[in-house]
Formats: sequence, structure tokens, C-alpha cells
Amino acid sequence: MSTHHIRTTINGTAYEGDVEARTLLVHWIRDVLRLTGTHIGCDTSSCGACTILVDGKATKSCAMFAVQADGREIMTVEGLEQNGNLHPLQEGFHQEHALQCGYCTPGMMMSGLALLQRNPNPTEQEIRAGISGNLCRCTGYVNIVKAIRYAADKMQASEQVPVSAGEGGE
Amino acid sequence: MTVGGDTLIPGSFDYMVAHSVDEAVALLDQHGDEAKILAGGQSLIPLLRFRLARPSILIDINRVDGLEYIQETDGVLHIGAMTREADLDSSSLIRDRYPILLDTSSVVADPVVRNWATVGGNIAHADPANDHPATMLALGARVVARGAEGERVIPIDEFFTDMTFETVLKPNEVLTEIRIPAPPERSGGAYFKLERKVGDYAIAGVAAYITLDSNGNVSYAGIGLTNVGSTPIKARDAEQSLLGKPLDEASIHQAADLAAAASQPVSDTRGPAEYKRDMVRTLTVRALRKALARATGGE
Repeated sequence: MSTHHIRTTINGTAYEGDVEARTLLVHWIRDVLRLTGTHIGCDTSSCGACTILVDGKATKSCAMFAVQADGREIMTVEGLEQNGNLHPLQEGFHQEHALQCGYCTPGMMMSGLALLQRNPNPTEQEIRAGISGNLCRCTGYVNIVKAIRYAADKMQASEQVPVSAGEGGE
Repeated sequence: MTVGGDTLIPGSFDYMVAHSVDEAVALLDQHGDEAKILAGGQSLIPLLRFRLARPSILIDINRVDGLEYIQETDGVLHIGAMTREADLDSSSLIRDRYPILLDTSSVVADPVVRNWATVGGNIAHADPANDHPATMLALGARVVARGAEGERVIPIDEFFTDMTFETVLKPNEVLTEIRIPAPPERSGGAYFKLERKVGDYAIAGVAAYITLDSNGNVSYAGIGLTNVGSTPIKARDAEQSLLGKPLDEASIHQAADLAAAASQPVSDTRGPAEYKRDMVRTLTVRALRKALARATGGE
């Protein structure tokens, strides 16, 4: 059993620590760093509740070891809000009533962010494809699609550059 | 609270990073069967968490430079083994010249998983439920393996053994590249996957690829089947039945019957065996019709 010293940047803050090789990235983020906004749903890379951005790519953090994140830039749902202002995606989920129990919401927003960074003006079909790796058991997805569309409109209107982790895009 | 709490945690292992293929081969050569390659990890990590796999060493090849590429040179498409499914999804070369590969990559798992999942891993894992094996069987691909004794090129129809999850790769070999013949004129292919939902394995999947000669007769036919047997299946009788004559509705249906006969599905939560076999028939018809449309310039 090997132990490794890793360094990452999460939401712009540098973190480092020793991890067992088998420690999953989501467990390090939640249980060690106490960034509990990222959720664990299925444990099997199916549900997407644990979606974060790693070097700008939407990633299921239950299907990556913490040691693999060494030297990489990470963004979690806690990185969306800036200086007390909600990100347009968070505002969209609020305005469009895009959550009921809220369990899938952090993953949905991170998949939504990855989509909007790649495609700032997605069609409904593209939004649905973009969140197809994330399961919601409450909403029926309709309001989630509206919320991401709301964020797209708001970000385009204000020409606000989406918050970027790492190099963004692909 | 312990790290990971009461969730699924893999057994202990040593983690090593290879920075080159040679380094990965040397580590495999040193540790043999105890070691496994960690590519995209999107199948392996869940398997480790369920402890269905218990390697004592993982060799991470995500930091090897030069294994992620998609390029066509001298009549061959070369795909680096660590090319991510998402890179196939967004490649204009793939979209324009190899739409059967876009059909395939775009239905592997889901878009988040595809950001890390690799084409080489999808093949080397040899899961009969994975999508690329059927398509590679249809295309007549070859894979390149690098080991301590050097490099060898293995035709895909000799790559999977009769054992589930087994290939002819030796314990000290790494899959480095997939080679696909560039499409001759009047060629086309398609992959059809029937799935319950995005991210699920296929209930059944069929890949078909054809080339027509200048008289409109079939000069090459490849048909591969997904998740309807204990290994990826090459429907050889169906392929043979198409050769030397035009691809019409009669020959398409005859080939579909033979492909269904070649399938060996089992009844499970995705459906009874009879249903799956019938879906192989239906998907083969659809895949051959679309292959014909693409071969003749339609879509």
C-alpha cells in the first residue's frame, strides 16, 4: 500500500496532503478537505452527483483516485459563487425551481458549467445531452434544462466569462 | 470519520506512474500478473471498488506523452490507445471519414465518463458489453501491443480469446495503438446500440461495415455484435453471405438472420435471450441499411 504526497488547486486555493493510493478523489475532497458540496450518490460512476471539473473537464470524482489529481486544477460547486454573488447557474436553478431534494444539484451545475464553457448557446437538445451523465430522481429534468438555459442567456447578456478552472474547454 | 466512510473502497495497492510506454512495459515486466494498467479508469475503478479486481499494483499511464492522437496516414487511421472517447466525439476527421466510430464513441457510457474513458481501454478490457470491440471487428482493425520483446501488431479478430474479459495481450504488454484501414471508395458503416438509458450497457449492439466494388457488389463485409455472448462476436457467416452480390433488402435480411443465429445472448435484467436475439436481427438490418446509405453517399 503506497502513500503519496499530492498538491492540487481547488477553486483557486492550493491544497496538499498525504493520500493512500486507494483514496478516491471524492473522498479526499469531502472527508479530508471538508468540501462537502460535492455529493456521493451511487459509488459506481453512474449517477453524476460527484461531478467536478478536473483541468476543465467534467469528471466523476468517484471514478478517479486522489493521487491522480496531483498537480491538476480542480473546481467544485463551492467555486461557483464569487464574492457573495451567485453564479448565473446557481441563480438559474433558484429562479427556475430546478431542484427538489437537491442531491443531484452540485453535479448538475458542474456538468452545466462544462457544457456552457464549451458551448455558450446550447439548444435544448444539447443541454439534455450535456447533462445525460447526471441522474435526477425528482424533477423530471425539465426545470434543470430551463435553469441551464437561464444561465446561458444571463451569461451571454452580460458577456460574463464563465468561471474557469484550469484551461477550460476540452 | 475515516476517509471514504462506509462507501465502497478498493483494496490496498501500490500506485506507480509511468511517464513513457517503455517505463510502463518495464514495470509490467518487473511485476507481472500482480500489476494492472490504469488507463481512463472508468471501468477499472468501479471494479476495484466492488473488489471484483484486486491487483496489488496499478501503473498509471495517464501521464505518458504521445498516446493520445487521431490521424490518418498512408491509408491507415491511427488512434492512440489513450485517446479519450470525448476526443473521438469531437473529431472532424472521425465525423467526416469514420462515422461508424462516432456512432460508437457517442454511445459509450455518458459524456462525463467519456472525458476520461479511453478507446484503448475499451478494447483491452475485453468486456463483451463494451462498444468498440464490435465496431473494430466490423472494421477489420488491428491493435499494436508493446512489450519487453518489442512491438507486435494483432488483428482484432485474433485479439479476444474465448474467455470473457481475456485478450492475447501478455502480462508485460501494453496496448498502444489501434489501426483501422482508411475507407476505400464506396465504403460505409454504422453502429446501432439498443440501451435502456444513457450510460447503460447495450441490450444488444450491432456494427456493420461494407465496401462495394465498381459493379455495386459487396467486396468487404464486417459485422460485430455487442453484449450478446460471453465475448465480442464477429458474425462470420453473416459477413460471408453478403459477399459478391448487391446489398439489397433480401441479402440484408438474410445476413440479419445469420447474425442473430451467431448471437449467444443470455436472459437477464436487460431482457430474455429470445428478445435480444431478435434485436440483433433488427439492429443488423438497420446497421446494414445505414452502411449502404453512407457507402453510396447518402446518410
